[in-house]
Amino acid sequence: MEFSINQEIWLRLWSIWCAGEEKRVGTRTVFVGHRPVSETDAYVEQKFCDNRIVSSKYTVWNFLPKNLFEQFRRIANFYFLIIFLVQVIVDTPTSPVTSGLPLFFVIIVTAIKQGYEDWLRHRADKEVNKSSVFIVENAKQVKKHSEKIKVGDIVEVKADETFPCDLIFLASSNDDGTCYVTTASLDGESNFKTHYAVRDTTGLRTDNDIDSLTATIECEQPQPDLYKFVGRINVYRSNQEPVARSLGPENLLLKGSTLKNTKTIYGVAVYTGMETKMALNYQGKSQKRSAVEKSINAFLIVYLCILVSKATVCTTLKYIWQNNPFNDEPWYNQKTKKEKETFKILRMFTDFLSFMVLFNFIIPVSMYVTVEMQKFLGSFFIAWDKEMYDEEIKEGALVNTSDLNEELGQVEYVFTDKTGTLTENSMKFIECCIDGHKYKGGISEVDGFSHTDGPLKYYGKAEKCREELFLRALCLCHTVQIKEGDNVDGLIVNQERSTYISSSPDEIALVKGAKKYGFTFLGHEADFMKVQNQKNEIEKYQLLHVLNFDPVRRRMSVIVKTSTGKFLLFCKGADSSIFPRVQQDEIHQTKVHVERNAMDGYRTLCVAFKELTQEDYKKMNEQLSEAKMALQDREEKMARIFDDIETDMHLIGATAVEDRLQEHAAETIEALQTAGMKVWVLTGDKMETAKSTCYASRLFQTNTELLELTTKAMGDSDRKEDRLHELLLEYHKKLVQDFPKNSGKLKRSWTVSQEYGLIIDGSTLSLILNPSQDSSSSNYKSIFLQICLKCTAVLCCRMAPLQKAQIVRMVKNTKGNPITLSIGDGANDVSMILEAHVGIGIKGKEGRQAARNSDYAVPRFKHLRKLLLAHGHLYYVRIAHLVQYFFYKNLCFILPQFLYQFFCGFSQQPLYDAAYLTMYNICFTSLPILAYSLLEQHINIETLTSDPRLYMKISDNAMLQWKPFLYWTFLGAFEGLVFFFGVYFLFQNSSLEDNGKVFGNWTFGTIVFTILVFTVTLKLALDTRFWTWMNHLVIWGSLAFYVFFSFFWGGIIWPFLKQQRMYFVFAHMVTSLSTWLAIVLLIFISLFPEILLVVFKNAKRKNHQTVPFSLPMLLSYKPMENGYISEMKIEDAVTNFTQRCHLRIPQMQQL
Amino acid sequence: MKNKNSQGAQECPSRCPDNSAFKQQKLPAWKPKLTAPSVLSSFFTIGVFCLLMGICIILSARSVKEIQINYSDICLSCSKLRENSSNWDKECNCSVHFTLQENMLGDVFMYYRLQNFYQNHRRYALSRSDAQLLGQDVNIENSNCAPFTTYPNGTPMAPCGAIANSMFNDSIQLSYHLNSYTAIQVPWLKSGNSWWSDKNVKFRNPTSYNLSSAFAGTTRPPYWQKPAYLLDEEDERNNGYINDDFIIWMRVSAFPTFRNLYRRLHHTNQFADGLPAGNYTFHITYNFPVTRLKGKKQVVLSTITWSGGSNLFLGIAYTVSGAVTVLAGFIITAIHLKLRKKKTYFQR
Repeated sequence: MEFSINQEIWLRLWSIWCAGEEKRVGTRTVFVGHRPVSETDAYVEQKFCDNRIVSSKYTVWNFLPKNLFEQFRRIANFYFLIIFLVQVIVDTPTSPVTSGLPLFFVIIVTAIKQGYEDWLRHRADKEVNKSSVFIVENAKQVKKHSEKIKVGDIVEVKADETFPCDLIFLASSNDDGTCYVTTASLDGESNFKTHYAVRDTTGLRTDNDIDSLTATIECEQPQPDLYKFVGRINVYRSNQEPVARSLGPENLLLKGSTLKNTKTIYGVAVYTGMETKMALNYQGKSQKRSAVEKSINAFLIVYLCILVSKATVCTTLKYIWQNNPFNDEPWYNQKTKKEKETFKILRMFTDFLSFMVLFNFIIPVSMYVTVEMQKFLGSFFIAWDKEMYDEEIKEGALVNTSDLNEELGQVEYVFTDKTGTLTENSMKFIECCIDGHKYKGGISEVDGFSHTDGPLKYYGKAEKCREELFLRALCLCHTVQIKEGDNVDGLIVNQERSTYISSSPDEIALVKGAKKYGFTFLGHEADFMKVQNQKNEIEKYQLLHVLNFDPVRRRMSVIVKTSTGKFLLFCKGADSSIFPRVQQDEIHQTKVHVERNAMDGYRTLCVAFKELTQEDYKKMNEQLSEAKMALQDREEKMARIFDDIETDMHLIGATAVEDRLQEHAAETIEALQTAGMKVWVLTGDKMETAKSTCYASRLFQTNTELLELTTKAMGDSDRKEDRLHELLLEYHKKLVQDFPKNSGKLKRSWTVSQEYGLIIDGSTLSLILNPSQDSSSSNYKSIFLQICLKCTAVLCCRMAPLQKAQIVRMVKNTKGNPITLSIGDGANDVSMILEAHVGIGIKGKEGRQAARNSDYAVPRFKHLRKLLLAHGHLYYVRIAHLVQYFFYKNLCFILPQFLYQFFCGFSQQPLYDAAYLTMYNICFTSLPILAYSLLEQHINIETLTSDPRLYMKISDNAMLQWKPFLYWTFLGAFEGLVFFFGVYFLFQNSSLEDNGKVFGNWTFGTIVFTILVFTVTLKLALDTRFWTWMNHLVIWGSLAFYVFFSFFWGGIIWPFLKQQRMYFVFAHMVTSLSTWLAIVLLIFISLFPEILLVVFKNAKRKNHQTVPFSLPMLLSYKPMENGYISEMKIEDAVTNFTQRCHLRIPQMQQL
Repeated sequence: MKNKNSQGAQECPSRCPDNSAFKQQKLPAWKPKLTAPSVLSSFFTIGVFCLLMGICIILSARSVKEIQINYSDICLSCSKLRENSSNWDKECNCSVHFTLQENMLGDVFMYYRLQNFYQNHRRYALSRSDAQLLGQDVNIENSNCAPFTTYPNGTPMAPCGAIANSMFNDSIQLSYHLNSYTAIQVPWLKSGNSWWSDKNVKFRNPTSYNLSSAFAGTTRPPYWQKPAYLLDEEDERNNGYINDDFIIWMRVSAFPTFRNLYRRLHHTNQFADGLPAGNYTFHITYNFPVTRLKGKKQVVLSTITWSGGSNLFLGIAYTVSGAVTVLAGFIITAIHLKLRKKKTYFQR
């Protein structure tokens, strides 16, 4: 049943309703404080939705119909409803209660759960909506409920309060019109962000002041993007021209974020209620379905076919049998009047339906409940796992969806981000180079950093002024802030009493690096940045513009004005984005360093500067302000201007920052590869850095042959396509065509002779994926894919976030639809996390976006090992067994009922009593399998984690293929036959009791049912390899309950029953000795083949030891060995046998 | 689900998971292991047990004496007569002679056996009113008794329903020929043949000062020759709904070929130890038509042992599975020994 609530649809409906007829396009005009701009203009209040947040789905009166409607939209529920209705309408052998009761049980449980969750949401909504806020009205503060806020209200927010709606920041208690905000609950970034008030309103610091403000705000209609906002404020002053100022994201305070370190602020509400950015972002993800679920559906169809064919066979045979008049209506068994009067066709149809109803238990209602319960409860074990708890961030794993637990055991491709995922993302400044001179690890002396070392012999010292310029650039070109005293989570650099805070750890490393060399960044003071230089003097620079970093430009710049009045532009960024923009003759020396550093796995940044003349700056300033005022396409315009500005710079030097590999990252990657998974690294970093990380993390071994498809390998830009074509063909020939013929069978084996690794970069990838209209190159993609699939490791560098998702999608859609897993920590990984079958977020330092959008979040990369190898494996085995067992137990439940039709004239006489039919799946056999599917550890967790090869045994959905399914089906059919015919032959006896008394049909059914319940429960006991007290309790408890219930049910004349069929039937049954003997024997015979198989398999397995443990394997498990024995040819087996003889020696002691 | 989880996580200050065995999936557990000694010993124990059990059951089942006489074939004239339902009120008697070669010692039971009579047909099996049989005053129109509910004039049938209507109504008596001239009636017990719970709880006569008045206002079912309160005129406690023959008939059989207990031998005089060997004659009042259904009627005399009547199935099944288990045990032993031999070989 659907336990997770699909809020998406509802929210969307809400927002549509909320928006009303108002058009989404265009802008909205907000009158601050609802004050008309001028008396002449008629003030027309626009209709906006109020600030009520409604996340609940139901109200008291629509709960029942709506919830029922939603539940019956599920196909399974609908099917059971139909069966129930057939039972109510048509005269069917079983009473409607038998199928109605389980269905209503399921429906009611689900409804209660959903109702409870909705009640919680109602409560949470109420708490938010009724929280009090202060609104400034007529120069007075009025306390109101949060839900009463209207667009245009001026709201006062105090420190540590969350903003009740999206506000435009007007004024704060700080003089400079700034405030600090943390958006931890929105995107998880816990650092303080500074927001700025518009200059013209910063002075309004009291209620009276703020009340005097007359202004309008024009802004776009609400958009879900948290980081985008375009608007304009017009401030009207008496007898002055209105002043227009642009508004950007830095002026917008988002609902859900918290005010910090600022006493109070005033803001005007622009988006309220369901139109706030937070509400718009509150969307469910697209439903991911696991491979197991698809298998269930396939099996379901098989069983549906069995069901229909059984009903058809019975109906046909019934009418053939009834052709004989003395069979159709013998003297003792005359038809009722109604029966005689109905048409034959209609009768046949009702007969068919009756048979369907009689056999419908073969498709179990309770399976869906049990599967849901298993997933829901089982997912807690991940969150509870102590080994996945990280001391540092004080958090454990997080499960966002429980639908994919078993998919963790099926992963074939792992796509991982590099920075923050494989590496720590805690940066350390290692070295820098200035004008080609290398400075490393130097401890600053008084006169700079003369102390240098390293392998470079020809380094000398750059000119002093260049050194200082470089260090000043490091101190100025960043967005780091200083946070004094108060401790913040996250990027903390503790240092006496102040802390650097930034959204990028690189910047902190650089600022810290500069400090080491004598230049300390002291923070902002109004528009000025303070820097303490080596001589302990404080230099002040006026910060004019910050050209922010973005992943497309891959650089950032600042424009400052020195105290001497010079205008300077400092720019830092990736080498590829800096080198084309500096004087070409300066590049060479630095390039050597950059490449060398990259080879060592360091992150490099180049630093450049440019001096601007007064005129240049003036022009530029105008352009920038103009662009900033633009309401449309602001980003594009800004980017174009930035592009123009950042040209003709002078390269000063480069920095190298080390990002340490995460603890156990290499071991984890090795384990994943041993487990048969292919690990691809998708990173935005440059090739050399990424490559060295890959070597360090043992993704590439020393003997791995690397194939490169990079811009470098491509060479000249003119012949790129041809060269690419050549390379692709060459690699294709090498890997695909010349590969041994049996390569397909080695697909998941870990003993490939030569390992290949592929390196590709973003630009080449886009060339492959979006080739020019040349027909010859259109099949690049498939060739590329074939090459990729042959490689053990693939490294994709210089990837844009969307390209990462493209790669994942490409692999996902290849033949065989391999299961993919993406793991990443940053916002740039979100797209690939959402794209992959399983998305895993690292609760890293780059905010929470990845964790929020993931299916599972873990604190570190190394936890992936246990998550996949232990949890994934166990969940898969558990749920696969659960599914197979459910089908099996219902097959052998219904088969005797089917066979009985041959002995009762196909009259739909049920074999079992209605109570047994109803209770079988609900009470007698449900708990043991649930306990099994929660607790089973057929191999203990330590072994699973330490021996990754075990993971291959469940690869390719091994336990839910047709072969195991057929095995289970045959087992069920065999047992059904044994139950029925065993008791049938027993009943040939004249009497089963030693007093000559005889048994009737209900005793027959009860004997069969008793054997059935015991056999299926004991079958599960046979499969259980991990007997905790709970398993004992539920298995023996269920059997005891069955016996108790049978006595109870047969011990009373039930007034509400029309027929007292079961009265004392069970009690009489147990007085018969031969019945006892038969029950014991038939249970034994039913289980005997299974026991034999387990024993033989166990004996055989001990012959060729590859596994260091001695537990009997599950039968539907793939045979051990190299993972491909099932496909091995006989010749291989013969050669293997000789080898096996040697292997056999150590484990002979076992038998 | 998601919200709840994340909320829960954010609320509690220490998010470190509990270190309980359950949450860490480290509950103490018994991990069954298959070792050669335990497997082999259990295989042989079970196998030997099954074999012994099977032999015991077979021996005891063979000790059962049973004689089965198909009187619907022997009494052909009566069978013919009953084929036409218009002759229902014509009496037809039939005698069947047979010789008992051996004494039937101990309890002897007389069964009637019907073939091809679908008591388990759903329409038939439903057609009864347990409430009526409980002696309750119920409106049987609401029961499943159709089409044997009421007569066209509205008088309800007692008991109603197809099962009751088609009750087996042959009367079978057995006489023992002491010699060729004198024959004595073999005494049989009519009651005590049904389940105690049926006789004393599930079936009750309607209460009134006497039985016939209790059935006032109702009529016998159409195929019955006498009303329910005249089923056994000699024994008040075996009359009406609590008549043993009736109760036994009302317990619907599992298969179309079945037998129901008819009489138990009364151990008196010559029959104190059972039925002595000799010549016997069944005197049958043939009322129950079967040939119309291509069915057959038999009368069965049988003794009984601790495992019930004569049936070799259970014994054979036990013997065979015992043999298979022992065989499997031997095969496993062979594998085991082979491996051990190899081991010692390699060790050398």
